[in-house]
Amino acid sequence: MRLELVRRPEQSRRMAMLSPLLAIALTLVSGAILFAALGHDPVRALGVYFIEPLTTSWSVQELLVKATPLVMIAVGLAICYLSNNWNIGAEGQFTFGAIAGSGVALSLNSWDSGLLLPLMLVAGILGGMAWAAIPAFLKTRFNTNEILTSLMLVYVAQLLLDWLVRGPWRDPGGYNFPESEVFSDAATMPLLIAGSRLHIGAVFAVLAVVVAAIMLGATLKGFEIRVLGQAPKAGSFAGFSRTRLTVFAFLLSGGLAGLAGISEVSGTIGQLRPTISPGYGFAAIIVAFLGRLNPIGILVAGLLLALSYLGGEAAQVSLGISDKITKVFQGMLLIYVLACDTFILYRPRLVRANPTGEAAHGRA
Amino acid sequence: MGVLEAILLTVITAATPLVLAAIGELVVERSGVLNLGVEGMMIVGAVTGFAAANATGSPLVGVAAAALGGMVLSALFAFLILFLVANQYATGLALTLLGLGLSGMIGEAYVGTPGVRLGRIDIPVLSDIPFLGPVLFSQDILVYLSFALVAGVSWFLFRSRAGLVLRAVGDNHASAHALGFSVRRVRFAAVLFGGACAGLGGGYLSLVYTPQWIEGMTAGRGWIALALVVFASWLPGRLAVGAYLFGAVMILQFHAQAAGIGIPSQFLTMLPYLATVVVLVAISRDRTRIRLNTPATLGQPFVPDR
Repeated sequence: MRLELVRRPEQSRRMAMLSPLLAIALTLVSGAILFAALGHDPVRALGVYFIEPLTTSWSVQELLVKATPLVMIAVGLAICYLSNNWNIGAEGQFTFGAIAGSGVALSLNSWDSGLLLPLMLVAGILGGMAWAAIPAFLKTRFNTNEILTSLMLVYVAQLLLDWLVRGPWRDPGGYNFPESEVFSDAATMPLLIAGSRLHIGAVFAVLAVVVAAIMLGATLKGFEIRVLGQAPKAGSFAGFSRTRLTVFAFLLSGGLAGLAGISEVSGTIGQLRPTISPGYGFAAIIVAFLGRLNPIGILVAGLLLALSYLGGEAAQVSLGISDKITKVFQGMLLIYVLACDTFILYRPRLVRANPTGEAAHGRA
Repeated sequence: MGVLEAILLTVITAATPLVLAAIGELVVERSGVLNLGVEGMMIVGAVTGFAAANATGSPLVGVAAAALGGMVLSALFAFLILFLVANQYATGLALTLLGLGLSGMIGEAYVGTPGVRLGRIDIPVLSDIPFLGPVLFSQDILVYLSFALVAGVSWFLFRSRAGLVLRAVGDNHASAHALGFSVRRVRFAAVLFGGACAGLGGGYLSLVYTPQWIEGMTAGRGWIALALVVFASWLPGRLAVGAYLFGAVMILQFHAQAAGIGIPSQFLTMLPYLATVVVLVAISRDRTRIRLNTPATLGQPFVPDR
């Protein structure tokens, strides 16, 4: 007996809905096994990890704070992936956007004007776009693999940030800590709820979801993205340009990642530090796939990944488990999502070993 | 010891993890599979190698555990992309993310623990040759293995029947399948080999390069290894040349810092990453050459039909 995949005549809509849920369930089961192996009561540990962070209003706000950059970045990445452009350097675009926006904030830190923040946000978006434009340009002009170039630029951006906060941008009054000056009030994102850390970046994230959903669902651009992504030749016959779409997708996702970067620094952290992200740019890849590359799905998936960050912190505090387990959960989740997605297009079938089957005459 | 000799030794040390990881990925890609999880497999190899060497006190057990660690992770990848026909790009990325997470968790207990260093083996007679002896014949077992792998893979791919089958599978899986070769079995074996090699590359980092565990110690070497395969046009000899060039770029930063050039260390650390981009651009601009050399079914899913 062995398992075989049979291609479905068309994609299963039911499986498309079920697949992310199944992946989450499998992650929870694996998590329970992992917790048990670490010597914890699995039910209690899962409760601490996935339920406790939802029980206080402070932690629910914190959930939205963490979901903000994830959703913003993932919406852009989804458009890249739908159009078959493999931008995996969002972490770098996030970082460079933060650098560009902070450059404006720090050089005009005493300028008490309502224009400062918009200027910073524009600089952040442009910074992210510029960083994403490099792999896009190299791909369209020199045929260079965008996966590797966008990823390499992550390291470059992070090292640049490290140099800035230890060198030219270090706060002279900061006791030699590698941190920039604290942003002035005019350079700080307004809060949505006084006393919390929830800033208007969350509104930008929701706006990004809405705009992307409309673009993908109801405009010619959305059609172009899908056609060129799934059938490049058909798209070319329809008169769509792959080059232009590659540039568009990279600039869009870079701009959103840059906006997420400056929003995070200005709204949540309040100054530049050597590390400004717990891997949001990479976790957003998981968000994009878990959300089925669909903006609305991404909104939900972003909240779930944000929960994984909070749960990791809760598990560390309440159970003494290292918060490194967060990344294990995130990685497992993506593996399960990809595994479950198989059954959207294929139907599993059990077959008896067949003398004319591949197994019988395979020689290699 | 002369200066040139010392420099060559450090270049080999910096390049060996790249040679090991990249030669494995070269075989994987020749079979038509693109595994973007090299970074993840390397870092898991680094931590399992360190942990096993630490538990047993034997660096050789560490080497074996490093290979095994990378291989186990690659088996997961192979299962997903071969039997569940999952997207290779996304699955490779997932493997890297999972590997980085797992290694961080396993390695937490070992932060600050002194490691066990893999010793050198002098090859009798040959290691006494002036200059060449200490550089080539007074190395640790992983360096010898990296030399052997480059030669062995080159022989395997172009001089053996099994290598011909592997290339056939990579260049046209439908035809290879029609001829009766098991595409999935060939690819499964190739992916496992690639995983073991990546694990060894990681093990070299935690057993020789800096014999301790540091989170994220691969620092993008898995991605550089992927770039090297493209740079090498999928040829083992060229891959070795590329890896040693990159080793040279990597140690350049230490020498530049020691020489007291007034460039901030962060910019020197950027060099290998920037060099990767430059090299990729230089090699890819010639579209015909890339198209001629790339395994034709690279990254494409295959479902056996009948």
